[in-house]
Amino acid sequence: MDFDFSDEQKELQRSARRMLEKLCPTTRVRAVLEGEDDFDRSLWSAVAEMGFCGAAIAEEHGGLGLGYLELCVIAEELGRALAPVPFDSTVCLFAEILKLAGSHEQKAKYLPRVAQGALIGTLATSESKSAGRGAINAIVSGGKLSGVKCPVLDGSCADFAVVAAYEERDTSPTLFLVELGSPCVRRDPVETLDPSRKHARLTFEGAPAERLGTRGDGLEILSHVFDRAAVLVAFQQIGGAERALEMARDYALQRVAFGRPIGSFQAIKHMLADMFVSLMLARANACYAAWALESGSTELPTAAAAARVSATTAFQHCTTNNIQVHGGIGFTWQFDCHLFYRRSNFLALSLGSQSQWEAKLIDRMRMRNAA
Amino acid sequence: MDFDDTPAEAAFRHEARSWIEANAPHELRPWLERSAYTTLSLPGDMDSVAVQKDWQKRKYDAGWACIHWPRAYGGRGASPVERLIWEQEEGVFRKLNTLFLINLGISGPTIMECGTGAQKASLLPRCASGEDVWCQLFSEPSGGSDLAGLRTRAARAGDGWVVNGQKIWTSGAQDSDWGLLLARTDPKLPKHAGLTMFTLKMDSPGVEVRPIQTIHGASEFNEVFFTDVHIPDDQRLGAVNNGWRVALTTLMNERLFAGSTLPTGFEELLDFCAGFETENGLAIDDARVKSRLAQWAARSSGLRYAALRAISQEAKGQPPGPEHSIGKLVAGSMMQEIAMFALDLEAEAGIMADPVHAPYAARFQAMLMESPAQRILGGTDEIQRNIIAERVLGLPPDIRVDKDVPFDQIPVAGK
Repeated sequence: MDFDFSDEQKELQRSARRMLEKLCPTTRVRAVLEGEDDFDRSLWSAVAEMGFCGAAIAEEHGGLGLGYLELCVIAEELGRALAPVPFDSTVCLFAEILKLAGSHEQKAKYLPRVAQGALIGTLATSESKSAGRGAINAIVSGGKLSGVKCPVLDGSCADFAVVAAYEERDTSPTLFLVELGSPCVRRDPVETLDPSRKHARLTFEGAPAERLGTRGDGLEILSHVFDRAAVLVAFQQIGGAERALEMARDYALQRVAFGRPIGSFQAIKHMLADMFVSLMLARANACYAAWALESGSTELPTAAAAARVSATTAFQHCTTNNIQVHGGIGFTWQFDCHLFYRRSNFLALSLGSQSQWEAKLIDRMRMRNAA
Repeated sequence: MDFDDTPAEAAFRHEARSWIEANAPHELRPWLERSAYTTLSLPGDMDSVAVQKDWQKRKYDAGWACIHWPRAYGGRGASPVERLIWEQEEGVFRKLNTLFLINLGISGPTIMECGTGAQKASLLPRCASGEDVWCQLFSEPSGGSDLAGLRTRAARAGDGWVVNGQKIWTSGAQDSDWGLLLARTDPKLPKHAGLTMFTLKMDSPGVEVRPIQTIHGASEFNEVFFTDVHIPDDQRLGAVNNGWRVALTTLMNERLFAGSTLPTGFEELLDFCAGFETENGLAIDDARVKSRLAQWAARSSGLRYAALRAISQEAKGQPPGPEHSIGKLVAGSMMQEIAMFALDLEAEAGIMADPVHAPYAARFQAMLMESPAQRILGGTDEIQRNIIAERVLGLPPDIRVDKDVPFDQIPVAGK
């Protein structure tokens, strides 16, 4: 038993951090947040050149053929830097769907381009409604997709999307690969909580759609993919949480009020200690989930849900209190606190809400205990 | 990262499991499963001290009593991971270690670290075997969180020391053969600088143990009074006036020890909610209940895996740092919240604390009354937060107006 990353994995993490500290200061995050461009293109090229997009893609498909543990430490660093690049959409979702449900031909066609950073992919499931009846209305008929998906992460810049839709008159949805450059797809940007990660509304009007996975298995595949992505996103959340905690700590050491650094007051010290506790619990859960993901353990559904719930809590806790420790200055546009606050609240919703994951966690624990 | 056993670890686990299978008091399993962490509920006619001593001695004779200790003192020099495997396999029978929490977690490690060769040889084997039971004589009415403010005085007298004063919150003092005593040997020095550690035989003349009745009725805590108690100088542990440093070793052990295994009440709550009917059906089917359960589930698994990560750190030769004081901080308040939540689900039936009439054999009522102690003993929640803030995050220490003042000039009451 060994409950830690290997020395090689830690070295990979350090090299990712060095690269991101150089290429992704918060001014770059801000540039995407305030600008029109969909993402930071030069950073994305650098991320791809380091091989990060294909870390967990097999060598036969042009990846590095490493594993999920490597991808987890990379995700943590991208999360720490708030990297404004289409990593979660392309690597955590699109590539994972292909790996899980793609045919040989589909894998051979798309994965090498993902690994090179030459293809941006995303997942389009949401139709502006919460889960449940009527959540999906998109339809594929005769290989043509019609419907509206919103919000779609990186919807304006992605080359391909995996779309959940009903095939003909089916009663359960299927996944389809759709080229978004098609003239039958309209893309409209939508304003979001975190504009450093752009979203769009996609309107499909008879767009060519290629089935991905077995007909009618869409929700089943998504459930597995979301578990995998939840682990990777948990590491992003942890990276961001740790940075927010460090910002708050550094400010508390430097800011003087009542003749003392505010970090010497127990009200502030205890707030920071509680943030640390949230972070440490989240990291422990995420490490267990990373192992479950890497080893293909049957524990993954429970472990992923626990990691997700814990990481969402920690990231929101740390970014919220980071503003509080800063006081009024933390509420200004110029200070970086809001970049982390925005990201934490966006990621808390991006794979399903906290309460949805809470329900999954308990349902899965019950199933496991009953088995 | 690998949460599975290596072949060697699996073989060790098999050996441990086989021995436990053949030797544990299996007839007590249902009783132990129902027992709270610090309060064993055994069959009425059973002598709890004798049962615990018997299990400890059986383990000792077979080399399982404190497997991470050196062989010379009754251990088997086991690795941190082997220790974890043993604890996992010992499972519910670990509750029979309650009597020896101080032996194994505090006195033993402190003697090992700071004792002379003769002290180690005479004290450690009996400490491991449970033939001697130890208690910790640290806290005082005027020195709890502010431990270095303690006033029990040890004065030179011939070839030894004479002790006068009072300790409080001493768990298990009534069953103890030995105590680890921190006393003031020089009141002219600043408070941390004038303390010395001793080992004290609890049957020494002048030692009086008085039980404290606590809010849940049990009296596992005591006051201990010393009136002209003589301690030979060869029972001093470490140098004169070096007691604070010795105590820090002890307290670090206490924290690590406490951090690894504290119960949270979550397993019980999940089990309870899966079977408890409310007016809206099974409690666990209620979305609001699920939400609360999930938050505790994630905290509870987080604690478990954080403790495992500390073991890997230790296995690589890095002693786990002060960040592991989170164990007690999280578990203590969680148990209190869980107890209150379960009682809320029970509604008016929750008023009853009678195991015959109250839901779930009144276990959450017991938890409610026990949980305040978990947030105080071994360092309060507030002290734990200070430790994390100062020693992990590097924030400034609290302003201490009495730190550099000779102890006998520190004011004793507010004006």
